[in-house]
Amino acid sequence: MEKKTKVQAGEGRQDILITREFDLPVELLFKAYTQPEIVAEWMGTKVVKLENKKHGSWQFETSDPQGNVVFTAAGTIHDIIPNEKIVRTFQMAAPGFDAQLEFLEFEALTASTSKLNMLIVYKSVAHRDQQLRLPFAMGLNMAHERLQTIASRLQ
Amino acid sequence: MNLRRDVFQAIADPTRRAILLLLASQAMTAGAIAANFDTARPTVSKHLQILTECELLKQEQNGREVHYQLNPHKMKEIADFIEPFRQMWDDRFNKLEDIMQKYKS
Repeated sequence: MEKKTKVQAGEGRQDILITREFDLPVELLFKAYTQPEIVAEWMGTKVVKLENKKHGSWQFETSDPQGNVVFTAAGTIHDIIPNEKIVRTFQMAAPGFDAQLEFLEFEALTASTSKLNMLIVYKSVAHRDQQLRLPFAMGLNMAHERLQTIASRLQ
Repeated sequence: MNLRRDVFQAIADPTRRAILLLLASQAMTAGAIAANFDTARPTVSKHLQILTECELLKQEQNGREVHYQLNPHKMKEIADFIEPFRQMWDDRFNKLEDIMQKYKS
């Protein structure tokens, strides 16, 4: 089966292009990006603020089951055209991360299918590669922490 | 069959990642590996089988004992850092698609 989500990240470049086709009308795809409670559901985060307008701002906050905030991200919306595009900045509130610029293009393929092109531009090649590696690094970290928990129990 | 994807499904499980980390420093028998986990022995065996099937682990006969060790060639493949990133977005978008199906009238 062909992979639905594609990632293009050329060597030595500071951008990433993520593309995905959906079995959804473009209106519903766009809605998934603009309705706070829906964003919260699929992103798995609390949507503190989401102003869907030119020069509006947004803020996400994720907590662990104990209620400690483990992740916050925020940015501003530079441009928004319903069912067509969103241009926004995104920044994770963590040391070493800088702002990234995101161009989201929503495209109707048929009445019931659509496509999303998400171009993300980073400050540098190093910043981009750091973001690309994050999911892999997090996976290994989790395994490592688990191993340490196990090891401490054995002592 | 897409072997590459199987590798990433294999490492999606925290116990299996912990096994890989455990074997990073030395080859071990199934019994020695299982001793590091609270999980039942057959569960650990199942994890070892999956890791072996997707070639992340190799088995080596050592007298009467079978030792498990990392397959460096395959481990290098998972060091390809783009795939977990793609997988993360694919999971998110799958969720988005599922959620939005409800809104279809």
